[in-house]
Amino acid sequence: MIDITKRFPGVVANQGVNFAVQGGEIHGLLGENGAGKTTLMNILCGLYRPDQGQIQLQGRPVQFHRPADAIAAGIGMVHQHFQLVERFTVAENLVLGERKQLWRDNPKRLHQRLRQLASRYGLDLDPAMPVWQLSVGQQQRVEILKALYRQARVLILDEPTAVLTPQETQGLIATLQQLAAQGTSIIFISHKLNEVLAVCDRITVLRDGQTMGTVAAADCDTHRLAEMMVGREVDFTRPERASRDRPEPRLRLEAVSVQGHHQRPALDAISLTVHSGEIVGIAGVDGNGQRELEEVIVGLRPPNQGTIHSQGTLAHIPSDRYTMGLIGAFSVTENLLLRDYRYPPFQRRGMLRPKVMAQQAMTLVNDYLVRTPSVQTPSRQLSGGNAQKVVIARELSRQPQVILAAQPTRGLDVGAIDYVHAQLMAQRDAGAAILLISTELDEILRLCDRIAVLYEGQIVGWANAATANVNHLGLMMAGKHPPETLSIPMAHDR
Amino acid sequence: MTADPSPLAPTSLSPRLKALAPALGVLIALFLSSIVIALSGVNPLEAYQTFMAGAFGGSRQITETLLKATPILIIALGLTIAFQARVWNIGAEGQYHIGALLAGTVALVQPDLPAPIMMLAMVLAGLGGGLLWSLIAGLLQLKRGVNLIIGTLMLNYIGILLVQYVARVPLRDPNGFLPETARFAATAQLPRLFGTRLHIGVLLALLLVPLTYLLLWRTPLGFRLRAVGNGPTVARSVGIWPHRHRLIALLISGSLAGLAGMIEISYTYLRLRPNISDGYGFTGILVALLGQLSPIGTLIAAVLFSALVVGAQALNVTLQVPVAVAGVLQALLVLGVLAGNAIAKR
Ligand SMILES: Nc1ncnc2c1ncn2[C@@H]1O[C@H](COP(=O)(O)OP(=O)(O)OP(=O)(O)O)[C@@H](O)[C@H]1O
Ligand SMILES: [Mg+2]
Repeated sequence: MIDITKRFPGVVANQGVNFAVQGGEIHGLLGENGAGKTTLMNILCGLYRPDQGQIQLQGRPVQFHRPADAIAAGIGMVHQHFQLVERFTVAENLVLGERKQLWRDNPKRLHQRLRQLASRYGLDLDPAMPVWQLSVGQQQRVEILKALYRQARVLILDEPTAVLTPQETQGLIATLQQLAAQGTSIIFISHKLNEVLAVCDRITVLRDGQTMGTVAAADCDTHRLAEMMVGREVDFTRPERASRDRPEPRLRLEAVSVQGHHQRPALDAISLTVHSGEIVGIAGVDGNGQRELEEVIVGLRPPNQGTIHSQGTLAHIPSDRYTMGLIGAFSVTENLLLRDYRYPPFQRRGMLRPKVMAQQAMTLVNDYLVRTPSVQTPSRQLSGGNAQKVVIARELSRQPQVILAAQPTRGLDVGAIDYVHAQLMAQRDAGAAILLISTELDEILRLCDRIAVLYEGQIVGWANAATANVNHLGLMMAGKHPPETLSIPMAHDR
Repeated sequence: MTADPSPLAPTSLSPRLKALAPALGVLIALFLSSIVIALSGVNPLEAYQTFMAGAFGGSRQITETLLKATPILIIALGLTIAFQARVWNIGAEGQYHIGALLAGTVALVQPDLPAPIMMLAMVLAGLGGGLLWSLIAGLLQLKRGVNLIIGTLMLNYIGILLVQYVARVPLRDPNGFLPETARFAATAQLPRLFGTRLHIGVLLALLLVPLTYLLLWRTPLGFRLRAVGNGPTVARSVGIWPHRHRLIALLISGSLAGLAGMIEISYTYLRLRPNISDGYGFTGILVALLGQLSPIGTLIAAVLFSALVVGAQALNVTLQVPVAVAGVLQALLVLGVLAGNAIAKR
């Protein structure tokens, strides 16, 4: 990709970007939220046309007018936000757009073939499952499989590991290395610097839509990368924990069960209490009941059994910002005030006050470092990370007593993650009770006071953050009970 | 396609070109209509000239256009609110009829009410009739799961036939020859504006344009209606209940359609009879969509559509072009503008 420029109203997303990938290479693409990574890749896969610049494939200039052109040229992209038909099964999603395949294969044979393809790359999937029943992590595996199924020679992965657990990430990396060894070029976008360093051969860094340079992973470290990304040194120090006084229970779940699909309970007698001034972590592999736990706590889904008590304002940072957090057609302002629009000062004598609303939005945008052309911009035009910051700004700015944070830093760059972590801890110190659902073990260990491990809808064990053993947690997350933790089930939960 | 609302379509047109796309759609529609007009043996340029003169050529023509635009505009503004909440009410025609029916019944059963009270009672009956008719469809959906599009559509026919029945049987004028009721008392006529043929309903319709805007974009209720329309699951998770707000949007649009029926019955027809609508309820749907669900756009579209009908009559009288040509032109315009927008969105 040579000298690519792409403008959107109010922003230059890419400005004279140069980017080259070699055959069989895993190439990292780094940059802060809104740096232009997704835009650049959308140009490569034929979704956007560049305002300037040229794409060359094996030395020959090519032009993609539509995604089908790019697919035909062997470019497959796994988007940051998935492109799946929820009502369709995994198999139907894969063969979508290839009618003749659907004709020829009967479902049984197709499923058989897909199952083989999936297991060849270590992607555990049931082709007959409808997509809406899958967890975010599983949906992503469908996307990867879709690209592989279409025989992509250049595979673009936009923040693929954001939704994966360490084990799943290991599996993905193995898959990618296997593919690269066979000659597939892989473009790997991530905000996790360690991961990028471990996986990639070379790394290109974008900042404010411009190329900051391409470096070999071998002669680089996280500090150097962070500096290239933000233009200054980044502080990686661990935050200090403030002492807390007189905790009182704020959120209490008693034997909560939720029916899932296939007769199996999605949540099985979950009991837990979160006190003021503490952060309780729910660790676990995605798809073990996290989504149901989240929905049942915020009241989107009634429990089949058990009770939930919550005291005071509840803030909810949803795991899926697009179906639960943001209205794409609404402006940044409207999204930031999605809960508070009807209270003074935003409303007076029954009328909304756009100026006051915009002012508040501007304050929050500045405080939470949301990069947007204006507060009037529809939220669907924000980059993934900036959209997430809008949700966080809205929820945390309301001085909540209880915070349910599900994957709160998914898709955020290092600086933003630091900021959100600091915010969560500040809220905790101010007395909020926080339940953190995260598939990031690092995040859980960094923030939480107590940790529960969720496996197949059950809490299979509790750990104290100070004494937690990463290996034991990992084992529990995989459904294996290490002997020490078996003996202390609910005792911690008093 | 998915839960992801981010537009991943190529943005190849410049913003300025995009703004022009609907206008381009109009031009293409005009061009295609020229062919239709030429096929009926008339010079298209001459036809358009006659057309414009017929719709806007003088104060009489402008008055006619405004009068015709009034019921369409009121209905379309209500539908703008409904459609903003993604409530597909296509029953405005039926709601209009029931509004007219109740207002007319008031005028016939209580002919001796003093003028201001009569007007007030008729307005309330009109609003209430439309509200009731939309409420039935709403409840059918909420309680019985009847698809709203089907429910409102079916109630159209019942509403139209109910007016015919009442005009022919219980309230039929025993002294008249036609199957219609007696003429309303003078107190049941809408007051005129300063000696013109325009009536107070025209003013009301124009006033409803900014009011609709204010409701949708400047009140908490409008905020919620748009939230439910644009992101029902998100709305629900921040405590805005989709069912309740969809019903509210439906009832507002139904009431306004009923009001339009009341206005027509107490100005144009002055009695209940079969055929008290020129398909206003259906035209209103097109106008709301053509107006891009914005009140100003709806105003422009309503005047345009009414001008098409009025102009087509002039065309018919002067050049003997069939009135159906106006229908063709209307349809082409809607398609042209919607296609233009679809292109602009890419
Ligand atoms: N469709 C669009 N319309 C208008 N602006 C857009 C659009 N898509 C992206 N932008 C803007 O372009 C800039 C770059 O966005 P992009 O999505 O490429 O960032 P990114 O590097 O992928 O960030 P993130 O890490 O947060 O996903 C942002 O300022 C964004 O607001
Ligand atoms: Mg991105």
